[in-house]
Order: sequence, then structure tokens, then C-alpha cells
Amino acid sequence: MLLIDCPYCGPREEIEFSYGGEAHIERPKQPDKLSDAEWADYLFMRNNPKGPLAERWCHSYGCRRWFNVERHTVTHEIQRVYKMGEPRGGEEGT
Amino acid sequence: MKRQRYRLDVGARIDRGKTLRFSFNGKSYEGFDGDTLASALLANGVRLVGRSFKYHRPRGIFSAGMEEPNALVQLGSGAASEANLRATQVELFDGLEAASVNCWPSVDFDIWAINDRFSSMLPAGFYYKTFMWPKKFWHQYEKVIRRGAGLGTAPELPDQNIYDKRNQHCEVLVVGGGPAGISAALEAGRAGARVILVDEQAELGGALLGNGEHIESRSGVDWALAARTELDEMPEVHILTRTTAFGYYHHNYILMVERLSDHLGAPAGTLRQRLWKIRAHQVVLATGAIERPMVFADNDRPGIMLANAARTYVNRYGVRPGNRAVLYTNNDSAYHAAHDLAEAGVRVEAVIDVRPNPTGEGVEAIRQRGIKVLAYHALVGTVGVKRLRGIEVLALNEKGDGFSDGLQRLRCDLLCLSGGWNPTVHLFSQPGGKLNFDELKACFVPGETNEAVIVAGAANGVFSLQGCLAGGAAAGREAAAKTGLEDPGAPSLLPVIPAEEGPITPVWHLPPVSKGEMRFVDLHNDVTASDLELATREGYRSIELVKRYTTAGMGPDQGRTGNMHALAIVADTLGRSIPEVGTTTYRAPYTPVPYGAMAGRDVGALADPIRMTAIHGWHERSGAVFDDVSQWKRPWYYPRPGEDMNAAVKRECIAARTGVAILDASTLGKIEIHGPDSAKYLNRIYTNGWSKLAIGRCRYGLMLGEDGMVMDDGVTSRLGETHYFMTTTTGGAARVMAWMEDWLQCEWSDLKVYLTSVTEQWATLSISGPNARRVLSDLAEGVDLAPESFPHMAVREGKVAGINARIFRVSFTGELGFEVSVANSYGLALWQAFQRVGEKYDLTPIGIEALHVLRAEKGYIAVGHDTDGSVTPGDLGMDWLVSSKKDFLGRRSLARSDSIRPDRKQFVGLKLEARVPEGAQIVSELRRRPPMKMIGHVTSAYDSAALGKSIALALIERGHERMGETVAIPLTLEGRVVKAEIVSPVFYDPSGERLNV
Ligand SMILES: [Zn+2]
Repeated sequence: MLLIDCPYCGPREEIEFSYGGEAHIERPKQPDKLSDAEWADYLFMRNNPKGPLAERWCHSYGCRRWFNVERHTVTHEIQRVYKMGEPRGGEEGT
Repeated sequence: MKRQRYRLDVGARIDRGKTLRFSFNGKSYEGFDGDTLASALLANGVRLVGRSFKYHRPRGIFSAGMEEPNALVQLGSGAASEANLRATQVELFDGLEAASVNCWPSVDFDIWAINDRFSSMLPAGFYYKTFMWPKKFWHQYEKVIRRGAGLGTAPELPDQNIYDKRNQHCEVLVVGGGPAGISAALEAGRAGARVILVDEQAELGGALLGNGEHIESRSGVDWALAARTELDEMPEVHILTRTTAFGYYHHNYILMVERLSDHLGAPAGTLRQRLWKIRAHQVVLATGAIERPMVFADNDRPGIMLANAARTYVNRYGVRPGNRAVLYTNNDSAYHAAHDLAEAGVRVEAVIDVRPNPTGEGVEAIRQRGIKVLAYHALVGTVGVKRLRGIEVLALNEKGDGFSDGLQRLRCDLLCLSGGWNPTVHLFSQPGGKLNFDELKACFVPGETNEAVIVAGAANGVFSLQGCLAGGAAAGREAAAKTGLEDPGAPSLLPVIPAEEGPITPVWHLPPVSKGEMRFVDLHNDVTASDLELATREGYRSIELVKRYTTAGMGPDQGRTGNMHALAIVADTLGRSIPEVGTTTYRAPYTPVPYGAMAGRDVGALADPIRMTAIHGWHERSGAVFDDVSQWKRPWYYPRPGEDMNAAVKRECIAARTGVAILDASTLGKIEIHGPDSAKYLNRIYTNGWSKLAIGRCRYGLMLGEDGMVMDDGVTSRLGETHYFMTTTTGGAARVMAWMEDWLQCEWSDLKVYLTSVTEQWATLSISGPNARRVLSDLAEGVDLAPESFPHMAVREGKVAGINARIFRVSFTGELGFEVSVANSYGLALWQAFQRVGEKYDLTPIGIEALHVLRAEKGYIAVGHDTDGSVTPGDLGMDWLVSSKKDFLGRRSLARSDSIRPDRKQFVGLKLEARVPEGAQIVSELRRRPPMKMIGHVTSAYDSAALGKSIALALIERGHERMGETVAIPLTLEGRVVKAEIVSPVFYDPSGERLNV
């Protein structure tokens, strides 16, 4: 049972949140230009690392805002919480 | 009534002035306040308390705590009955009734004990090997086996008690109220931390309650009492006794169950247990250790128990667990037990020690008392079946892996075992804490963890009292400091006087002396050393698989006393080290937790929220039968006297088709959409176009998931320049709202659009039928209802029955229809106004069953009914709703190869010979019996009054090409088949004339 630090409300119990899967998956700007495989990659394929993962959470039973969480999938340690639109940590941009 | 023959005259934590009467297996006994059921039974000389799970061997009390594998009892009867409680944990109360589980007809004469005679036929994996194959016979064996191997009986009546839940935060949670836990709580409390100290026993003290040890000049018990006094004076310290922390989840979230009235017999109506949900900044685990037994032939006879348990019965409960005792050990702690037993007047015959040269202080003390110590000896058998009468001992051979000649027999009625100690690491391990094997202490100790936790005392592999006190105090100070509190100054530590303890020499198993002997490892599940050896011979390598194959550690006791031996024997047999084999996974709960505590107050009417419309009371008074649609109660149909469901629904349908009907549609999901980019946004959310929708007009919209599958539908109206009003399905309302917010916040944050859920703010009544306009015109003010000024799919605002209303001219029945929405608090008033004016038109209230029949006659889909998340707009024949001029969610997926393959299931109507159940499978080639190729299934099926026959909607492979084809719907294995013709799903008024009147 995670304790998640909502960037708008502060730390709250996991049961107040809903999960939105991997973060930073941008919807293709021109879906028609994509092959079936490229579209399927956007639609279905997600990283499943053993380690840090940027993922989306929504404070459904609180402020109803979506935000990003960087969570270690093995230890469940939450390394970072940041707002939608902010770049992920480390070397990569959005 | 028998006297308590084995009770000591003085001492112990019982109140001899308070006699309690109880019964066990129908016989009456007496015990004292402070007893457990186990201690009271031992005080009365009751040795045989149960039968084992598989072989039904006689068993006695084996421990004094939660690790008890044998003494499982059924407590009470009727509604208050509870199964499989450990007698060692049941606090005695006056009037307690208990019975052994797993024996029939009685514990003394157990028919199933015949299993013991044929034990060679019941080896490890017996169920899998014998009974699971051939499969078709399993259900015949099962009944017999379940009766033979069953445990207690679950009560069949509703629980008569109340259960509670509480959430709590603290800075330092200390689990375990023994010397280490108390020390930790004292230090953290003195530092000013907000502390919760929790212990499963009725009073603080832990091991001090049973081991009779002293701290400085005081008894351990007095020290614990003084500590309790000091802790009680600290305003930020909260002590919970009779409370078990049973689950440790990530980020220091701990679940605990507090037993409030079990020790009083949990009288009906009382608050019995409370579930605590704790979020702790820091956790100190001072959960102690559990003693291990020794493994040898017939080590399960009544009269054999853990050495520490015997010591506890003497010191804490004032009970002699036997008259003549032998102890069998591989470490020093049994000698302390021998000492305490001797002090209590038990004749200690000998201590058998597998170590060649035991030398600790405790050993010397025993030798000085003149008690025989047989070093480098091992037990090879016991005498007695229902009661221990003696033991058989052999000296070990030179290598220590077998025996020398010269069997000795010793008489005894009590055999105390100590195979060393296992730190109670369960809670530590649950959230992923790693364990290290300590070779010197021969046990697993806590290692790395990601939680903010400190383990102290015996749980950390520190078994001396001084070590527990010092370790606990240090943990308390460290935990307080980590919460940011200042160090209170000089530590109030006690002088550490290390006791001289000799090292342990684990001897996990020795070879059998004779064939077929039973060396029990898991007493509860009757798993022997031979079973484990056999499992490894049969190729099992993983301890997790050995556990499941042999069932070692899978009983209600979770193998607390046997697991370490099991894994050591597996390691030894495989020639691998213990850490290489590793432990099985520790999972919550640590001890069983009643469902009542989990449910708390969320039972009966509070089990799930019930949503009711503003008009619910009227529906109830009018005899409506309700249907659950998600959490909503919706009128299903309104039977009149003498009507069954079919008759009522038929009448309601006829009213809507020929007169006028009224439906409570308040449960529809409703979302207000505001903002300059609303139309742009709707264009992306819906498949069809929204740019040209005029103010005052409504449009039906289809919503897809990004996978192209239909997700929801509904009518959205434009109320103003930048103001729209969306309706969703009843069940989809919350999901659609969340979906729309998600896209707006995460992908299209540049759009100026604002969403507000208003499902519960509006009551909506749907009037439909040829007379709908007449009824409405009697109540409406300021709205021109004439068809030319208020066409189908338009919205107007005005007053209805004097109430501000939004009137939508929409229809889900195929008849002329109006939906009138008013503020929810006016819903009932509006409904009643319609009842008044509707009388002359025979306005008929209809439920959702009639609505479903009517919409099915029109071929209107019900999302979630006719669709299941695998249906595209094309499959539904709704391509006309899919815009080719814009992008929208799911659009690209409609062009995926799977979405355009020609053999997809498509939405069609079925003309039927007879009614079929929804979900029925459809075949094109009928065969005498399965298997047959299924080409689709029925999604909706009704008797249509308007058409005078049964109709259905279905999804059928290439359905759109199959119009006019006859298919079969096999309904039973006996060959009942209904024939159907594939037709258009629009059965009624295909041109839609009736809507535009
Ligand atoms: Zn929030």
C-alpha cells in the first residue's frame, strides 16, 4: 500500500488514486501516417522494467488531477513525483 | 468436576481467586483467570487434545503460543462458533465450550486413525498421485477425503458481533511488547515520539511472562509492569494489547487486528474486534523468536512439547506439564527450561544433548543439580501412543551422522524439545525484506530492506535478555531520531552482563533406525522427514514446490515450528546449503484474521453503496421490482396484482407503443461541458462530427477506446455558444468522466474545456409514446412543443409543472419522446405532477425491462449488453456515425488489419421460434453433440409485444452478409435447439416515422 505524494494535495493513501500505466507516451500527432506496427507500438506496447518506471497516477478520490510518479518496480520506492507536462528525470526529455 | 491436579500452589500470572468453568469435548473442567484454554487443560491433566490432519494420530499441546500445530479447537456453537483456534491463544473465560477438530466420532476413538496404520500408502504428493487421476473419479473421492481430512466447521448463521476499523498514523510503531519492544517504546516515548506499541498477548512482557528471568533486582514481570506505568504516563504513547500486527505492506503500512471481547467469550452484540490500519514513519519490529523442535521417530506423541512452552506453563500459568520430564536439545536454552521445571517440582530425568560437549552456564547449573546430561546422544523413538510413557536414546557415532549401539530407555510423561530458535521475521519479510542465514546461530536473520524499519531483540537473532534490552533501547532511540526528534540525552541503558551461552549445533535430521518410522517435521499437516527426502528423490528442487507437493508449512499454523527443518532437510538431501535453498515466501496474514474484522461495518446494507433516484420512494410504494444497474436501484417493472414479469413488461411496452409511458431516467450519466474549445474536444472524443451542431440541437454520439472498440454512447446537446451537455450510459458514467478528464489533462492540456459531473444534480423523466406531447403540453410553460418548432433531437429550456426544466426531444423507445430534466430535489414533484395530468391518458410508469424490449425492437444497441469491448462501429453497422473528415480517439485502430478482417462478428437481429437466453451460442452447422463451431452469440433477447414474437440481437461472424440465413441455437446437451433467421436488427418502424410526429 503506497503512500503517494500528490503534487497538489500532499501525501495520501494509495486507495485514493487510480493508476494510468507508463507515463510519457505521447499520442501520435498524425495516426494515419503510421503503419499498423507503429500504431500498435503506441497502443499496446509498454516498458516493464525491473527498476525505475515513470508512470501516471490520478488522485481520483481527491483533487482528480493526473500527475507522474517515478517508482522503483521492485522496491516500490517513489523516487520522484512531478506534474503532467514536466520532463521525466535523468537524461531524457519528455 | 476434576481438580486441577497439575496446578502449582503459588506464583504465576493467574488469579487463583477467580475460578472459571469450561468444557472441552463435552467434559467440564475448571481453570483460573489468566489461563489459556491450553494451560487450563494441562492443569487438569488433559494431554490428548486433537488428531492430526492426515493420519489422525493422537496429539497433545505442543507450544504455548501462536505456533501451535496440534491443539486446534472449535470454540462455541451456533452463530458464535469459530473454527481452528489455537488452544494456546484462547484466553479462558467462564462458560467457554471447546471441542477438538478433525476427529470423529471422538478424540479418544477416531475412525480415521486407520490412516496411521496405512501411512506407507499416504506418502508425500499422495493427493496428486492417487486421487487427481483419473480426473473423472476425483469428484467421487473428494467427498470422502474432505470428510477425512477436514478441519473445523464454519458457522452457518450470521455473525452476531460488531467489528470496527480505524486508521491511525504514528511516528514509531513498535511491534512486540517483550523486553526489546518495551525498551524501544520507552526510549522512543522519552524522546517525545508519537508511539504505538502493540502486542498480541493480554499484557506486556512477551518472553518475560514465561521465562521467569530477572532484570537487575526485579522479576521480568515486575519490570514490564513498571515500564507499562511509565508508558501510560506518556501522552503520545498508545499501547494496544491483544492486538496482532498481521500484515506489513509497502511504505510502512501495517494492518493489525485488536481483539476486544474474545477473551470474554465475545457476547452477541459486543464489539468483538477492530482492524487497525497504521501508517508509521518508523517501525521497530521486536517480534521475538519461535523455538524449533527436534526431528526423530514418533516425535508427535501427546506429552511432547517445546522446551520453552514447558517453561512458560510453569512460570506464567503455574502448571506442571508433566511429572517426569526429559529434555532433548541442541542448544543451551533447554537447560533453563530444565531448571524451571525442576524448581516447580517436576522430576527431570535427563537432558539429552546432541552436542558432544555442552558447556554453557545453564548446562553447568543442571549438572550441579544432579540431573543427568547425556551429551552426544540422540532420541530415536518414543513409547506410548495417546500419552507419552518413555523415550529411546542412542549415542551418536563418531561422525555424528548415525548411532552407536546400546539403546537406553527412559521413563517420562513429558518430553521437551529445543532445536534452536527462529527469529520471527514474517512481518519483516512481507514487504520484501531480505533474510541472511546466520551459520553460527543456525537461523535466518533480517538483512536488507527498503522499509523504514529496525529489527530488535530475538527477532534480530539476539537471544539473550541483556541483548534484547540493549538492542530494543537502541532501536527506539534510532527510530525517534529518524523522525527528526532530538536525542533526549544519556541513554538509560542497563548494564550488559553477557550470559555464558554455548553455541548451537543444529542436527536437522538423523537417519531412521527402522523402516517406516515417522519423524515428523510438520506436525499439523503430517509431513515427515521421509516425505521431504522422497520429494527431493522425485526431482523437486525448489523449496516452493517441495512445500506444495508435500504440503509442509501449508496448515493453519503455516509450519511455524517445522519450516526450518523442512528446508534444512531438503538442503541436506540435495547437498546444497540452506541459504542456497532459501525460504518460502512470507505472506500476510501472520495469523488468521476473521472475515468479520476485514469487513468491519461494511456489511448488510452498508456492504456496497446503494444509489437511489429522487423518485425511489414512489417506485417502492408503487410496487416496483428493482434491478441493480451498477450501484443504482432502477425500477425493473411495475407488476399489477396478478401480473407476472412477462405480463407486466408486455403491458408497459404496449402503453409506450400505443399510449404514453413514463420512465425514471435519472441514473443516466450527465456531464456539463463548458469552454471555447468544447466542440473541438467533442470532435476528438466522439466518432462523429460536432462542429456544425446548432445551439438548441442534440446529437447521438459514439465513443471509442483508443483500440477502436465501442466504449460508450449517449446524446449530447448544445445549450449555448460554448456550453454542451453530455449524457452517458448509467454504468459508464464514472468511467467516461475519468476518461475524458484523462485526455484533457494529460494530452490536450492546451484545450480550454471544463468538465463537471452532474449526474446526481438532475432528475430526468422520460415521457414517450404517441400521447407524449399531449401529456407534456398540460404541464409545460414557455415552450412551443409543436413539431415544426421543437423537432426531434432538439432541446428547449422552460418550465414544467412550474419547475425550471431542460426538455430534450429524444427517444430510446422509437416513439415520440421527451426527456425532462429538473433539479434533483424537484424530481419527485415533477413525477407526481405527471401522474396527476397523465391520468386521463393512462400514463403508465415503465421499468427498464420494457425500455430494453422497446429499444431492442428498434435495434438500438445497449453498450455493455450488445457490446463487450471487442465491437467496432463497423461491426454494429454504425459506420454512418464515423466521420472520415477528422481524427478522433480510436480512429486509427479502425484501420488495423484485425478491425477490417471480413470474418468479424457483426450485429444482427434474429427472428426466433422461441425465446432464447442471452448469451446463448449460435452455430451454423448443427451437430448431434459438441464440439460444434460457434459463429456467434445472442446479446439481447425479448418477447416483443409489438411484433407478437420472440426477437433477439446477436453478434454473428460475417453477420451482415448472412441476412436471411437460418442458424441454430443449441440450448441443452439433450438436443433442445431453437432455429433462428438472421434479419436486420431494426424490427420495428425501420423508417423512423414514429419519431417524427
Ligand atoms: Zn491531489
